[in-house]
Amino acid sequence: MEAAAPIVKFTSLQKRYGSGPLVLDTFNLDVAPGDFITLIGPSGCGKSTVLKLISGLNPATVGELSVLGTTPKGARDRQAFIFQDATLLPWLTAEGNAELPLRLRGVSTAERKAKAREMLALVGLDKVPAFYPRQLSGGMKMRVSIARALTLQPQLLLLDEPFGALDEMTRNRLNEELLTIRERSRFTAMFVTHSVSEAVFLSNRILVMAANPGRVHAEVKVTFPYPRQAELRDNSAFQAKVTEVSRLLHEVEGSIA
Amino acid sequence: MKKTPPILVWLLPIVSGVLFVALWYAVRAGSGLQSWILPTPAEILEAAWREHARLLRAAGNTMTGALAGFLLAGGLGFVTALLLGVSRSLRAGLYPWLLVLQMTPVIVLTPIIVLWAGPGLPGIITVTWLISYFPIVANMTQGLLSTDMNHVALFRMANASRLQEMLQLRVPSAMPYYLAGLRIAATLAPIGAIFGEYMVGNAAGGSGGLGFLVYSYNTQIKIPALFATALTSCLLGFIFVAAVSLLNWAVLHRWHDSYERDDH
Repeated sequence: MEAAAPIVKFTSLQKRYGSGPLVLDTFNLDVAPGDFITLIGPSGCGKSTVLKLISGLNPATVGELSVLGTTPKGARDRQAFIFQDATLLPWLTAEGNAELPLRLRGVSTAERKAKAREMLALVGLDKVPAFYPRQLSGGMKMRVSIARALTLQPQLLLLDEPFGALDEMTRNRLNEELLTIRERSRFTAMFVTHSVSEAVFLSNRILVMAANPGRVHAEVKVTFPYPRQAELRDNSAFQAKVTEVSRLLHEVEGSIA
Repeated sequence: MKKTPPILVWLLPIVSGVLFVALWYAVRAGSGLQSWILPTPAEILEAAWREHARLLRAAGNTMTGALAGFLLAGGLGFVTALLLGVSRSLRAGLYPWLLVLQMTPVIVLTPIIVLWAGPGLPGIITVTWLISYFPIVANMTQGLLSTDMNHVALFRMANASRLQEMLQLRVPSAMPYYLAGLRIAATLAPIGAIFGEYMVGNAAGGSGGLGFLVYSYNTQIKIPALFATALTSCLLGFIFVAAVSLLNWAVLHRWHDSYERDDH
């Protein structure tokens, strides 16, 4: 495998939907292996669009995008998407949901069940495989969703505001667990959020984006070493980073309207 | 919403039923109408008992026609909706004609159907099918097109084939819609069968269904027996709706929000 090659590379990419306004303008980005990049910015800054472009759900309008050395669609086998809501199929159990991507790929029953159980255990859900989504709390649903994405052992994980609907305590817990899982699974992550502290806690790079058209306003490097623990949030350097990113966000929020 | 205490759920319909029967007797007594115009509930039950052999046999015949037509509508409706759900051009090309079919009153079509399908069971099944088919197609098609876009994206991301998307995503998520269609069809199917029998049943060699009895009792001015026939038809309809409700429960109760209990 081309170790030095970027996981994702955007080159002067532009995106508009149909004949609508420019959603993303001259977007350049190199994602290195092991990066945890968070996109943050006001609504309409195109941060979700970036993830959709990488996943191949939406095509680029102008410019180039390579993902894992190939096209977005060609790289689908090696990337996984975690949506804002858990998007579990309500008629399948937690286990049925976790194994779904493997089933769609034709993996044998025994193999995919074993994998699904392993991943459910990894997200702390070893006791609920037979439960249906409506029997699970919001946090548990999101854990199933994460397990489902991990069954594919993706090199690249795309997360579109996955914890936005959860209470802060659950969100913090899941943030910590996500990093723990990453220590083991070694995926590169691209994460979209509205929460500054979540961004600082998770990422090594934060892209603060501006809207109309969507573009990168500033990049902030976060150098706290991984693995990061919950105590990091009490650290004054952490607080300073949160303040720095918040200040940058205020700059771009003044620019819209 | 505040819950009605369980005892009242049983008690209130009984109270209103008793009041209704009392009102019935009062009208009969006060108006001086004769039994053959307004029979009392007791006279109706008496007629039902007297005619019970005929009524039961007729109900059995009607059940056969209604069930066959209903199953045909359920099966063909499912397949039609799949086709409409798969292809935009099929949908555009066929849906308006399905609407035209739906807008044409079955009453008008029945003589034509009898002419084509012949008297007796084939004609009755066709009428029943025709009246119950459209609600199933319309509901199921709507269901297939109402799939959550994020779920579709999930399947696309997993490189799912169109067939996988249809069978493992769109069809299961359309099941509540399909069952809602079946529920409507379940109330219509006995009506269709009885109406079909009313129009064609007297040519069926005397072994007609409830519709034929309506025709027969009416010409003989056996009005209490006519009421008893109405009662029997009503019971038949209940059986249909109860069966579909049971099916609905069997398919949906484990996962669908409509069966959400307050236990967590």
